[in-house]
Amino acid sequence: MNERVEKLRKESVETRPYISTERAELITDFYQSDIPQRESVAVCRALSFRHLMENKTICINDGELIVGERGPAPKATPTYPELCCHSMEDLHILDSRERTPFVVSQEVRNIYSERIIPFWTGKTLREKLFASMEEKWHQAFNAGVFTEFMEQRAPGHAILDDKIYRKGMLQFKHEIAENRRNLDYFNDPRAYEKDQEYQAMDICADAVITFAQRHAEKAIQLAQQQTDPVRRGELERIAEVCSHVPANAPRNFREALQSYWFVHLSVITELNTWDSFNPGRLDQHLLPFYEKGRQEGNLTDEQAIELLQCFWIKFNNQPAPPKVGVTEEQSGTYTDFALINIGGVKPADGSDAVNDISYMMLDVVEEMRLIQPSSCIQVSMRNPDRFLKRACEVIRTGFGQPSVFNTDVIIKEMLQDGKNMTDARTGGPSGCVTISSFGKESCTLTGYINWPKIFELACNDGVDPNSGEQVGPRTGDARKFDSNRQLMDAYRQQLEYFIDLKIKGNNIIERLYANYMPAPFMSIMMDDCIASGLDYHNGGARYNPTYIQGVGIGTLTDALAAVKYHVFDEQNISMDELLKAMQADFEGYEHLQQKLLYNTPKYGNDDDYADGIAEEVFNVYYDLLNGRPNTKGGKYRVNLLPTTVHIYFGSVIGALPNGRKAGETVSEGISPTQGADTKGPTAVFKSAARIDHARTGGTLLNMKFNPQVLAGEGIEKLLHLIRSYFKLDGHHVQFNVIDAEMLRKAQQNPERHRDLIVRVAGYSDYFVDVGRDLQNEIITRTEQQSL
Amino acid sequence: MHQSTQSELETKGLVFDIKKYAIHDGPGIRSTVFFKGCPLQCLWCHNPESWKAHIEIGLREGRCLGCGQCVEACPHEAVSLVENRPVTDVEKCVLCGRCVDVCLAGARQIIGREMAVNEVMAEVGRDVIFYDQSGGGGTFSGGEPLMQPDFLLALLNQCRALNIHTAVDTSCYAEPEIAESVAERADLFLCDLKHINNEMHERFTGVGNKLILENIRRISQADNKIVIRIPIIPGFNDNPENIEATGKFAASLTGVGRIDILPFNRGGMEKSARLMDEIKSMRIETPDEEQMSSIAQNLSKYVFEVNIGG
Repeated sequence: MNERVEKLRKESVETRPYISTERAELITDFYQSDIPQRESVAVCRALSFRHLMENKTICINDGELIVGERGPAPKATPTYPELCCHSMEDLHILDSRERTPFVVSQEVRNIYSERIIPFWTGKTLREKLFASMEEKWHQAFNAGVFTEFMEQRAPGHAILDDKIYRKGMLQFKHEIAENRRNLDYFNDPRAYEKDQEYQAMDICADAVITFAQRHAEKAIQLAQQQTDPVRRGELERIAEVCSHVPANAPRNFREALQSYWFVHLSVITELNTWDSFNPGRLDQHLLPFYEKGRQEGNLTDEQAIELLQCFWIKFNNQPAPPKVGVTEEQSGTYTDFALINIGGVKPADGSDAVNDISYMMLDVVEEMRLIQPSSCIQVSMRNPDRFLKRACEVIRTGFGQPSVFNTDVIIKEMLQDGKNMTDARTGGPSGCVTISSFGKESCTLTGYINWPKIFELACNDGVDPNSGEQVGPRTGDARKFDSNRQLMDAYRQQLEYFIDLKIKGNNIIERLYANYMPAPFMSIMMDDCIASGLDYHNGGARYNPTYIQGVGIGTLTDALAAVKYHVFDEQNISMDELLKAMQADFEGYEHLQQKLLYNTPKYGNDDDYADGIAEEVFNVYYDLLNGRPNTKGGKYRVNLLPTTVHIYFGSVIGALPNGRKAGETVSEGISPTQGADTKGPTAVFKSAARIDHARTGGTLLNMKFNPQVLAGEGIEKLLHLIRSYFKLDGHHVQFNVIDAEMLRKAQQNPERHRDLIVRVAGYSDYFVDVGRDLQNEIITRTEQQSL
Repeated sequence: MHQSTQSELETKGLVFDIKKYAIHDGPGIRSTVFFKGCPLQCLWCHNPESWKAHIEIGLREGRCLGCGQCVEACPHEAVSLVENRPVTDVEKCVLCGRCVDVCLAGARQIIGREMAVNEVMAEVGRDVIFYDQSGGGGTFSGGEPLMQPDFLLALLNQCRALNIHTAVDTSCYAEPEIAESVAERADLFLCDLKHINNEMHERFTGVGNKLILENIRRISQADNKIVIRIPIIPGFNDNPENIEATGKFAASLTGVGRIDILPFNRGGMEKSARLMDEIKSMRIETPDEEQMSSIAQNLSKYVFEVNIGG
C-alpha cells in the first residue's frame, strides 16, 4: 500500500471507537418538534432522515479520496434511541468493559442523562416490542430458548445490486413521481398509504443528494484553505465527484465507489439495520468502469487499487453500534457484517463472473487485513481453479478471510425458494452466510433458536432445570420413555411449541416495524418497493422470507446419539442414572461422563449412526418451520448459523448426555461439537453434507488449520477439499488458521481441543497428543510463520 | 477386472491407524492405512508404535492424570504407578483393555487392531469423492506393509476393483517375490532409502540394505512409478558422499520420477514415551532449511524432481 493508504489505515486501526450523540440529539430535536403530529409515519421518518442528512457533521479526512462517515468522524459511533435507548449503566459498561469497548465521554453521559434518556423512555420501539409479547414468550426468551434480533436493530440483511451504477437519485425520483402519478384511487384501497410512501421516498432521495452536495461544498472550502497544490487538486476532484453522484449515475470507477459509499451511509443512518449494508457483487459492478478507464487511459491499476483500499478503510471506520442492555461479561463485535462478494457467476447467463477486479480485490483483502469489510468468494463449477487457489493463498495468511461459498448450491437454494433464474444468480450471501437475491429481497433474520436447550426441556417434561419453571409444554417423564422414538417425539413437540411462540411474536414485530419504523430510503434501493409503493418493511420487496436460525446441531445430535446408543441400543446406562448424572453435572459420575465423551458416536466423524441423527434433527426443524407464512407475503425459512450466540446458549443449559458440562458452549453453526471430531476434515465435510443444504438459506461451517498444513502443496489439497465439499452440496466453509495463542490455550486445556491437528513434520498429529517439548516447538514455529 | 473372493475380503491384518486427509503420502487427498509391525528399527523412527507385530497397550503421556484407576482396574496386577505414571508389566498384561475402559482422560490406549480387508475398505471407500476430485487414493504404510503380504495384496486388489489409486509406502525390506507381486498391483511406490552403504544402514536400522536396493530395482523394472524418500538424519546420512551415491542409484533406475527428502523431526521421540518399552532413540537436531536445500540441489543433478518435505 502507498503512503496515503498506510496513513489512513493506521488512523482507522488505531482510533478507539467512541460513542457520538450527534445522531441521537438530531433525532431527538426532530421528534420534539410538532412535525410527528402533523405527518404520516412514513413522511415523518423521511423528514427525520432529511433532518439528519442536512445537519450531521460533514467529515473529510486528510488524504482521503473516498469521503463520508456515519458519525462526525472515523470511529465515532452513533446511536438510534428511537429503536432502543442506552441506559446510563449501558454507557458505563461500554466504556469500561475489557473486550470491544466504546469510549463514552462525560459530555456524552450528560447529554444522555439530561436529554436522550428522559425523552425516549417509554417511546422506543424496543419497549413497544417487549410490551407486545405475551407472558409465555417472555418466559422462553428469558430462559434462553430463543433470541430476538429486532429488539436491538431494524430488519436489514439487505444488499445492493447494480442499480446505482446505472441510475442516479434523480432517476429514482423520476420513477417515484411517475408511480405516484399513476396511483389508482378508484380501485386500490391502499392508494393513499402508497402516496405517503412515495412522498417519503422522494424526500429521502433529495436528502441524500443534499448530503453529497454538502460534501462537495466542504471539499471546496478545504481546497481554498489548502496550500499544497496536490491536495488542493484532490479536494477539487472530490467536490466534482460529490456534485455528480449519487444524484446521477457514476461516470467512472471512482464515482462508482463514492456513489455506493453515500448510499451505504444513508442506509445505516436511516436505521441501524442488521448487517449494515453491502455492495454485493462489487467485482461485477466495477468491471465496466475499470475497463472504460483503462481504454480511455485515465485509470491505472495502481489508481484502481488505491481507490479500493481507500474504500475498504471507509468500512473499517464504522464500528457496529453497540447493543443496549449489555452485561459486563458480554462482549460484542465491532464488525458490522458487510460482506463483499467476489467471483461467482453472471446473472444473465450463469457464466464465469471472475474478472480482473476479482483478483485485485483478493490482493486488497490480503494487503489490508482489516476486520471490516468482510469478504467472501463465491465458487461455482464454472469458476477456474486458479481463482480458488488465489483465494486459498489469502486464507493461508490466517485472518479468516475470505470465507468460501458454493454458488451452485446457492442457486439451488434460491430456486427452491421460488425465485426466477436471473434473480437466483444475482444474489449470494450477506452478513455471515444467509443468502438473498441482491437488490430484490428483504431477508429478515429474526433470532436464534437453542436446539440443545429445547432437548433439555424434553428431558425434563418441559421444566427448565435452571429455574424450576414450566417453560415448555408437558411432554412426559423421560424416565418412562421406553424407546428413542418417544424421546424424539417429546423433542419435536417442544420444538413445535417454541417455533409457534416465536412465529407469533415475529408476526407482531414485523407489523411494528411496518407501522412505526418504515425505511423509505432503503425502499428506493430494493426492487420492487417503488413499483409497489410499499415499504421495505411492509412487503414491498420482491422476495420477503423470514429466518429463524437453528443453533447447536452438533451438540443436539451428540446428546441424542448418546441416549439412543447407551440407554436404548446398548442399554448400559439407564435413563434414570443419566438424568441424575446430568443433574449432578457429572460430579461423582466421572466414569459415566467418560463413557459419554469417548465411547459414543459423535457428529463430525463420518459416522452414519450419529450423522443419521443430525439429518433427522435437521428434517424435524425444516418440516416444522419451512413454508409457514409471515406478514409480508413471504415465508419462513431455515438457516443454521450462530454468530457468537452459541456461548450464551451454552450458558443457560445444564449438563447434557453427550458428556458436556453445565454452562459449556454449544456447538456452533453446523460444525461438530468442539473436540468431538477426531477423523479430520474429510470426515467433517461428509457429516456436514448429511444436511440437505439446498433446502436451507445458509449454513455455517468453521474449520481450523495449522499453517504448516497449508504450506506448499497444502494449498492445492485445500482447493480440492473445498471442491469436494461443494460437490456434496455444502453451502459455506471458512477457515481459521491456528495461531500460537490458540495452541497455548490447547496446551492448557487439552480436553477442549482434541480436534486440533498440527503438522509435526512429515506427518500431522493431534496437538494435544504430542509431548510438551514438541508442543512448544510447534508453538514457536507457528509464531514465526505467522509473522 | 479382478473378482474378489469372499476369503480375500475376510483376510485379516494388523493395523494401528487409518488416517483420513493424508496429504503427504502420495498425490492428492488420501487415506493412509498404517500396518503394524516392521522389520527395521530406525533409531529416528517417528512411528515406533508400529514396530511390534502385535497389539500393545500404550499411554498418551499428555493426557494421563496419574489417577491410578488403571492400576485398580487391572485383573492381572500388571499395572503399577511409578512416579505417578502407570507402568505395565508386559509379562502379566493379557491386553484385555480394562485399563483403557476406565481411563477417565483417555490416556490409556490399545495400539493396533485386527481388521478384515472389507473393514479397511469400508473406511477407505468413504472418501472416494475426495480422491476423485484431487487425484488421490489409498496409501498403505506402516510399520512395513510388505510384512503382511496377503493382507496388502488383498487390499490392493480391492482398490483396483474399485478404481482407487494405490500407493505403498515401504522400506522395501522383504522377500523379492513379495516385492514383485506387490509391484504388479500397486500404482505408486514410496520407497524409503535411508542409506546407500550397507554397514551404515545396518548400524542405524538394524538391517542391511542389500535386499532393499535389490527390491527397488525389481520394482522399477516392473514399470512402476517410484518416489524415493530419504529421511535426512544429521550425522548419519546427510554427508555429500551418501547423497551423491543415492542420487546415482536413483538415476540408474527407470521408474524414479522424484526424490523426497524429509527433514528429521523429533516426533518419534515424543511418541515413544507412549510405549511400554524404552526405545533407544537418538538425540539429533533437526536439519535446517539451508542444509535441506543444499541436499536438494545436489540430488537434482540426478533426478527430474526433488521435493523437500513430501
